[in-house]
Amino acid sequence: MNVLGEAFRAALASLNAHRLRSFLTTLGILIGTMAVIAVVSVLQGFSESISSQFSDLGSNTLTLEAVNEQENFRSGQINTLSFADVEVLRYKVSGISRVAPIISTPLRGASYKGRNATPQVLGATEESQYVLNVDASVGRYITSSDDKGGRRVVVIGTEVRDELKMPENPVGEFLLLGNEWFRVVGLLEKRGEIFGFSQDNRVIIPFSVARSLTGIFDRTFMEVSFTVTDLTQIAQVRERAIRAVRTNRRIAPGKDDDFEIKAADSFVKQFEQITATATAVLAGIVGISLLVGGIGIMNIMLVSVTERTREIGILKALGATRRDILVQFLLEAALLSLLGGIIGIVLGLLAGMGIASLIPNFPPAHVPVWIMLAAAGFSALVGVVFGIAPASKAAGLDPIEALRYE
Amino acid sequence: MIELRGIVKRYVLGEETVLALAGVDLHIGRNEYVALIGPSGSGKSTLMNLLGCLDSPSEGHYILNGRDTSSLSEDELAAVRNREIGFVFQSFHLLPRQTALQNVMQPLVYRRMLPAERRKLAIEALTKVGLGDRLDHRPNQLSGGQRQRVAVARALVGQPSILLADEPTGNLDSRTSAEIMALFDALHAQGQTVIVVTHEPDIAAHCRRTIRVFDGRIVEDTQNPARAA
Repeated sequence: MNVLGEAFRAALASLNAHRLRSFLTTLGILIGTMAVIAVVSVLQGFSESISSQFSDLGSNTLTLEAVNEQENFRSGQINTLSFADVEVLRYKVSGISRVAPIISTPLRGASYKGRNATPQVLGATEESQYVLNVDASVGRYITSSDDKGGRRVVVIGTEVRDELKMPENPVGEFLLLGNEWFRVVGLLEKRGEIFGFSQDNRVIIPFSVARSLTGIFDRTFMEVSFTVTDLTQIAQVRERAIRAVRTNRRIAPGKDDDFEIKAADSFVKQFEQITATATAVLAGIVGISLLVGGIGIMNIMLVSVTERTREIGILKALGATRRDILVQFLLEAALLSLLGGIIGIVLGLLAGMGIASLIPNFPPAHVPVWIMLAAAGFSALVGVVFGIAPASKAAGLDPIEALRYE
Repeated sequence: MIELRGIVKRYVLGEETVLALAGVDLHIGRNEYVALIGPSGSGKSTLMNLLGCLDSPSEGHYILNGRDTSSLSEDELAAVRNREIGFVFQSFHLLPRQTALQNVMQPLVYRRMLPAERRKLAIEALTKVGLGDRLDHRPNQLSGGQRQRVAVARALVGQPSILLADEPTGNLDSRTSAEIMALFDALHAQGQTVIVVTHEPDIAAHCRRTIRVFDGRIVEDTQNPARAA
């Protein structure tokens, strides 16, 4: 420790003696680290905000939906889920709780006191609260008794309220959806936008009501979300559900499913995959820039060793072993690139924040601490790796020759 | 204390082999004050490098304090240099960016000594050479004589068996040369073994024993009449 401390001090002193040169030497590392931190901070900030918006969809939630090829739309033979499919999930597949069918009704148009809006009208049960992760900020959500009783009640999004110029607290007001009057029982919490699509321009009515209303239309767009009680069993439950639904839909063995059971967080996963790929590509580019930076360090360190040949000779005459010299020069190289790395991290953070604040509506930059630590550690490692050649050159010098060096 | 037996040193220069030392036998005892003289190319420097454990002989044995150093590894030699040898060089060879105190502390770093202890010993050594008030000066803030005193303090700080000085006054004017030699005389008087490599008869005259090297051999080994202190 003592020797290391001494080598550390010597390394700092030597870097300090050539400040400008040290700075220029480490510039490659500095710029490389700065680039990675800037881009990662922007990317991570973006990814963070996406993930937090989607994290409401629990990872133990699966969603069953019908699959339609392009061909089906052309021919009009559109697959939809049937209510029997819901029943199958609810009663015939074990390991499932909270089966929440959600009907995306074809109802368009909501009216209130002569004003019109076009929210998305969803029919859902009480359980959907957990699947959609919505709650009423005022009033209440759809309850199972609403559903059983077929009550004409509705929970509305804030945007719908604002568009229809309903009172701040719209509970108790009546709303015309299609040709039916619904009593507002709750106001959904404000959700904001995901990718520019408002999450607040929707209204939710009891599932049974939606079902009876859409009976008059020929198509029902429905998806069924359900939660798996034991997360570790998710794959098996999914398999069982697929088999049960196939049986119910009378799909002959060997024929493709006309439905799909997706993990609700698959979108998030996909997104994370994209960011991971982007990060990997970035890491590669940064790797190259750090490589170049490392070569710069090696170059200057070799020059420095030559310059300090006599100094090394003196140290050897005083009793420094090969290892003492090696450690001192390695430490110097590591410190040099670590300093570059640290300055790069700080500048990168500032750059990231700058970029994020320049783009309107962009989430704030965010860099996980481990990325910063990794960047600092990696830059130090680059210093050590590229310091090996100069340091072993220094350590291997013959003391007599070195002392004679002018 | 120093025992050289049949020391031969060859250098290979390209295709030529140069015989720098052609069989040297030498005994130097504790508290001797020896001048090593000879023209350049005589093998004097090679002998000094061997005595200082900067180099190993091609043949023969160098027994230092009862230990044969001829077959030691490079790092073992470094340890011997650190403990047994105190070097003083013609051009001082101080570390330019370090203060006098740091320069003197440097050999003790390689003894894995604690900083406080290093500092204490280094201050003692600098005080002994009369530079107790120049601890924080850098070499470029010191005169030639002062620099050489720092170098002597650095050589002495580890209490080496041998103080090995290579042309210690070569870069100094006659007045400072006399000061440095007076310092050596005093150290010898205190019991330090001193070997001075020189080509100046004046300097050699300070020593009690003169060893003349020529053509890789010791050609003369004489005791000088004791000087009046």
